[in-house]
Amino acid sequence: MPLIDLANPHRFQRLAAVLIPLFGALAAALIGIGLVMGFRAPPDYQQGEMVKVMYIHVPFAWLSLAAYTLMAIAALGTIVWRHPLADVAGKAAAQVGAAFCFLCLVTGSLWGRPTWGTYWVWDPRLTSVLVLFLLYLGVLSLWRAFDDPNRAGRAAAILALVGFINVPIVKFSVDWWNSIHQPASVSRFGTPTIDPSMLYPLLISAAGFFALFAALHLAAMRNELLRRRARTLRILKAAEVEA
Amino acid sequence: MNALSAIVIRDLRVALRAGGGAGIGVIFFLTLVVIVPFAVGPDMPLLTRIGPAILWIGALLASLLGLGRIFSSDHEDGSLDQLLLCSVPLELIAAAKGLAHWLATGLPLVIVTPLLGLMLGVEPTVLGTVALTLLAGTPGVTFLGLVAAALSAAMPRGGLLSAVLVLPMSIPLLIFGVVSTHAAIADGAMAAPFRFLIAISLFFLVLGPVAAAAALRHVRD
Repeated sequence: MPLIDLANPHRFQRLAAVLIPLFGALAAALIGIGLVMGFRAPPDYQQGEMVKVMYIHVPFAWLSLAAYTLMAIAALGTIVWRHPLADVAGKAAAQVGAAFCFLCLVTGSLWGRPTWGTYWVWDPRLTSVLVLFLLYLGVLSLWRAFDDPNRAGRAAAILALVGFINVPIVKFSVDWWNSIHQPASVSRFGTPTIDPSMLYPLLISAAGFFALFAALHLAAMRNELLRRRARTLRILKAAEVEA
Repeated sequence: MNALSAIVIRDLRVALRAGGGAGIGVIFFLTLVVIVPFAVGPDMPLLTRIGPAILWIGALLASLLGLGRIFSSDHEDGSLDQLLLCSVPLELIAAAKGLAHWLATGLPLVIVTPLLGLMLGVEPTVLGTVALTLLAGTPGVTFLGLVAAALSAAMPRGGLLSAVLVLPMSIPLLIFGVVSTHAAIADGAMAAPFRFLIAISLFFLVLGPVAAAAALRHVRD
């Protein structure tokens, strides 16, 4: 189905009604399989059982970046193609992406306490994800600042695009900053050469979380459309009462 | 060109005359520097060490303070609609307004930096360096702030929101500004980070007006 057909909210709602349970079931199955396989995988020789956090933490990290990218693409849809559902998709991506980004930070922090001995270090990757979370919060507060969803959508789209251009610069500067300040005491694994017994559960679990993201994103879009319709009905009702 | 210089001169006049609020940024900067010793103690070696960082954070916050004024008063009295209608590209108008705002609020911060640095015990030889990094970095902050100012032009309470939107994105300028100062203190070799600072600042000088013009076109009614 071409993307333009979805401009009709009813068609989108019908499609979403099919896809949300589908992606939800897929997510439940894949996350279940991935986590069971993950728990059966051998413990890490250094971290022991704590390495199991990886099977949820890493998908959250990937999804926070993927959701930001999706938000930027949706922003292009709002500004360039003026697709009526693009800003709905952008808002849903911001909401779910911010939640996943937060979960990434929390699980990472809980993982860091036993393995690194601290809840937080100013490591480049942690710092970049934290800044990404701040950018998400900025977009979400801009959404809340307008009462008209159309204007809010265009404002958030411009901010999302500017932020998307900025993310690589922020990432680069944080890496540079860290190369100067990073204390040598914190043990970090570099790019881990991951064993297949851990890699496959991770990939299956990640696929499951991507399906979960798709389900949550579509559900958030559906809710936003219903919210807007309720808003329109309220305004019409108010106008009727006045007349 | 005439129209643009007219905009710059007009905005400068508005900012410098009564009610313009150009001086508040400098006073805020001074106040911020004064309250830091109360928080960390009058420990001169410590202040010397964190002095450049305090100056940068102070200048950053002070530049964010007046952002709301760039477009909102023009929005209120309708002159923004006139600017949107005029034949000069909106991107250039936004750049001219950014330049005027920087001249009125950013440049004074750079000028008072050496004085405030003395109060924080920053080495006299480094004072010039800090001021130089701020001279290179604050235009980037102002022009990045143009985007937030344009987004919040039509909002009654956009001030705090602008700061929330701009601060995370200005981290690169802060990093390279402070790092080039520290590099100058350590071994006098500040060229590499300083060039990055200039590059990022120039990048925002281009990105800011383009995004701000898009925001003015799309977001206002």
